Amino acid sequence: MSMGERPYKIVIGLEVHVQLLTESKLFCGCSTKFGAPPNTQTCPVCIGMPGVLPVMNRKAFELAVKTGLALNGEIARFSKWDRKNYYYPDLPKGYQISQYDLPICRGGYLDIPAEDGEGTRRIGIIRVHLEEDAGKSMHDEKAGRADSRIDLNRAGTPLLEIVTKPDLRSPTEAKTFLTELKLLLNYLEVSDCNMQEGSLRVDANINLHIPTDDGQYVATPIVEVKNMNSFRAVERALTYEAQRQYEAFLETGHKLGDVPKQTRGWDEDAQITRPQRSKEESSDYRYFPEPDLVPVTITEEELERIRATLGELPAEIRRRLQTTYQITAYDSDVIVNQGRAFVDYYCRLAQGCGDGKMAANWVQQDVLRTLNERQWTIAQFPVSADNLAELLRKVRGGELDTAKARMVFAEMVEQCCSAGEAIQRLGIVQVDEGELRRLCEELVAANPRVVAEVKAGKDKAIGSLVGQAKKRNPNINPARVKEICLELIQRQS
Amino acid sequence: MTSLDRFPFDRCASELLVALRVGHVTSEDLVQAALAQIEKYDPHVGAFLAVRGEKALDQAREIDRRRARGEKLGLLAGIPVAVKDNLCMEGEPTTCASRMLANFVPPYDATVVARLKAADAVIIGKTNLDEFAMGGSTETSAFQKTRNPWDLERIPGGSSGGAAACVAARMVPLSVGSDTGGSIRQPAALCGVTGLKPTYGRVSRYGLVAFASSLDQIGPLAQSVEDCALLLEVLAGHDPRDATSINRPVPPYRELVFQRPDAIKIGYVPEMLSDGVSPDVVRTMEETLNVFRSLGAEIREVALPHARYAVATYYIMACSEASSNLARYDGVHYGYRTDEKAMLAELAEERRRLQQEGNLAALDDLDTALVRLYRKTRAEGFGAEVKRRIMLGTYALSAGYYDAYYLKALKVRRLIRQDYDQAFERVDMILGPVTPAPAFRIGEKINDPLAMYLFDLFTVSANLAGIPALAFPAGLSTEGLPIGVQLQGPPLSEERLLQMGYLFQQVTDWHRRRPPLIENDRLLS
Repeated sequence: MSMGERPYKIVIGLEVHVQLLTESKLFCGCSTKFGAPPNTQTCPVCIGMPGVLPVMNRKAFELAVKTGLALNGEIARFSKWDRKNYYYPDLPKGYQISQYDLPICRGGYLDIPAEDGEGTRRIGIIRVHLEEDAGKSMHDEKAGRADSRIDLNRAGTPLLEIVTKPDLRSPTEAKTFLTELKLLLNYLEVSDCNMQEGSLRVDANINLHIPTDDGQYVATPIVEVKNMNSFRAVERALTYEAQRQYEAFLETGHKLGDVPKQTRGWDEDAQITRPQRSKEESSDYRYFPEPDLVPVTITEEELERIRATLGELPAEIRRRLQTTYQITAYDSDVIVNQGRAFVDYYCRLAQGCGDGKMAANWVQQDVLRTLNERQWTIAQFPVSADNLAELLRKVRGGELDTAKARMVFAEMVEQCCSAGEAIQRLGIVQVDEGELRRLCEELVAANPRVVAEVKAGKDKAIGSLVGQAKKRNPNINPARVKEICLELIQRQS
Repeated sequence: MTSLDRFPFDRCASELLVALRVGHVTSEDLVQAALAQIEKYDPHVGAFLAVRGEKALDQAREIDRRRARGEKLGLLAGIPVAVKDNLCMEGEPTTCASRMLANFVPPYDATVVARLKAADAVIIGKTNLDEFAMGGSTETSAFQKTRNPWDLERIPGGSSGGAAACVAARMVPLSVGSDTGGSIRQPAALCGVTGLKPTYGRVSRYGLVAFASSLDQIGPLAQSVEDCALLLEVLAGHDPRDATSINRPVPPYRELVFQRPDAIKIGYVPEMLSDGVSPDVVRTMEETLNVFRSLGAEIREVALPHARYAVATYYIMACSEASSNLARYDGVHYGYRTDEKAMLAELAEERRRLQQEGNLAALDDLDTALVRLYRKTRAEGFGAEVKRRIMLGTYALSAGYYDAYYLKALKVRRLIRQDYDQAFERVDMILGPVTPAPAFRIGEKINDPLAMYLFDLFTVSANLAGIPALAFPAGLSTEGLPIGVQLQGPPLSEERLLQMGYLFQQVTDWHRRRPPLIENDRLLS
């Protein structure tokens, strides 16, 4: 159901946690690499042994500032750390070092493509702050036993918590937001936002505004939805939950404030949300300023220095590609989604061959397909932008038709050679214009029935002449043959 | 081995270093002497929780060998040192005098321990303390009492009671303690030894099992001010592993201590010598002021108007931070864990009973196994005082109370600091008592926590303000018990305090008095 058709308005806010791409954890020197054997990337500090102390990772702080700037937020010139106290086995100190009332960034927004394809929607950000991640607990329920296993490799990993305003109006929009956020954070080299590896986690707060007869609306109780493991799961979970809330409202009439905030977990197998006993129920985290860490101040100079490292961001790049190279929004999307290196390749190619649209087609189809087939990155791609540009120029100039150009391209990929070399190796010889003309004259003369059909309006019939020309000489340019034959036929009548 | 005094540790460390250097004595001799003294007197005093005799002797012999080879040695080469058992030492149990950490062996050294090792000091053993440094009498230790060498029926003070007692009993010349609300200075004063709480951040806290992070500091105890200066120089300095440690060079305290400071103005607060303070303490204070006058210091009255809020402020802040710092002791990752089988059986039995009763509400509320593990581990692992402080702290930080207690305490703390800042515009240092009375009897206050807390009234302010304070013996009570006084100064004014303390000890001999236990070599039957 699209937004316009529903009998209610959906209100969604997201709480996103992303792991930062730093070498080491937020408060100690342990590695943050994913996939190591359990409890091998730990030290007394992140295990929370008696007597240890945290020391702040500057790089993590810079990445947080970078993100805040890219999200157009207000960076706090003075921010501090706080302890969030609760007991759980994956939180070895019994508290998490986080930021409570003076987060590194407040406000800001991210523009996302509107669902209807027209323009963008501005999604507000409430705050961005840094905190350390907890470890992982796994429940090992073999026959008769019910052990819990704790892996502290993840404990202490720097997390950025990004909280949006409840500005999202549909599950699809929520998914789009996450996609756009991931793209931005990839470009900033802040996080790889990989949900499968846990470097991006998201919880959603959702409720409905249901219109009443008097033109007002009633708000349903807010539900927090957790345990969504992919962007698609987010979309499906929120779609399910919205409908469930509507049905629940029709049945119970509960409004916001009537019942306490519920937490529900998404069950991927059953495709439903279930109530969860929230592990910290009416949780009082007893926040207080972290006495082991000094507050962080940032000067205007440092802020500008960090701002200068942002680089061109996806939204700007999209706009630039569209205006400079005359390509569609869709094309620019595909290109930008592949990352900065791919964008650079495309631009060089477009400039080199002089036709942005043609370049866009080639990178989206031929280049991207090859990269995917061979599991290459653009950096590993053996055909340089300059070499591909040369090939495309030949196509534009009429020297090669598209079919032949694809053969040449394949040869260039295989042999890591230039377009000229590939053409030679394949034995493609350009047919001289005069020879081409003579061939066409012959074919036109030899095929009066085809000529009659074309004259009668069946342009497609020309294909048979082209086919015959190809058989006579595989090096002919089919498009050129078609042009010449049509011209000859026209002149006849 | 050449002949030594009856108590080699009557000599101060710098004298012993000379004797070692010229070969009058070896480090092995000193360690043997320490071990002999400990063997003789510690069964009565109970200063040590652990003595690492064999390892210490091995270390001493190695240092002797290196010295013989002419190698360069550290500042404390060959000197026996005792370390409070809340400082982590790699490979050695660090118990904090608690059942909770009875089996805890750290895989790393505290920074100060590493510095002691780098200075070639020989760590003899770990000393007793109040559990997790929470207390003022060393009575809350889960393992043993420490007794004041001056009167074995009395407390040695706390929480660094063991560290003070072992120096007083001439077992070692130097020890390292920690001071959160007076825990170096108070036992120093009650045991007749010298102790220093440095400026907050002067000494790295990495490896000190945290009690109250914004108040804890590590410092030296010794018989003399110059020994404290020497040990401070070894302990102090910036540590990249402690974000609160001060990044400033360490002055050569061991040399500066002998310099005579220029015209010094010493302040005192008259209110501190009024009722509630024992006449012995008042008399000692007055005599000390006279001594300083005779040394050329100008004496002035100063005011610290918010001092009367100091104990309340301290206990709110310290307990709040402690409630968080001690949350990690939950039986999951290290340390004591309750007997799981018994715990699970107990829980199963409760569940059965409630099911039988049909008490659905209680069943719903019943602890999960995890929560029951936490509850029992902490109930069994912690002593009463620790639990009391955790509860106080949790309360002070909880929603609805944070503003009235913790936040308010933060504000008053600032005012207390401002009092000192203003006072130090008029004087260079402030002289005051350390305790309102000499050592009380063991058991006298243990059931009256508030009375125990009020005994801290003179020491907590220095921790709240983050300023340095030097405590040294300045008299004896009519019953012959030591009375100490303290000099407090602005941040990073340790040199000046040490210099004044040294001058005092040049013209007095309180610091050379020996407890009767040692003096008369009389053992209590």
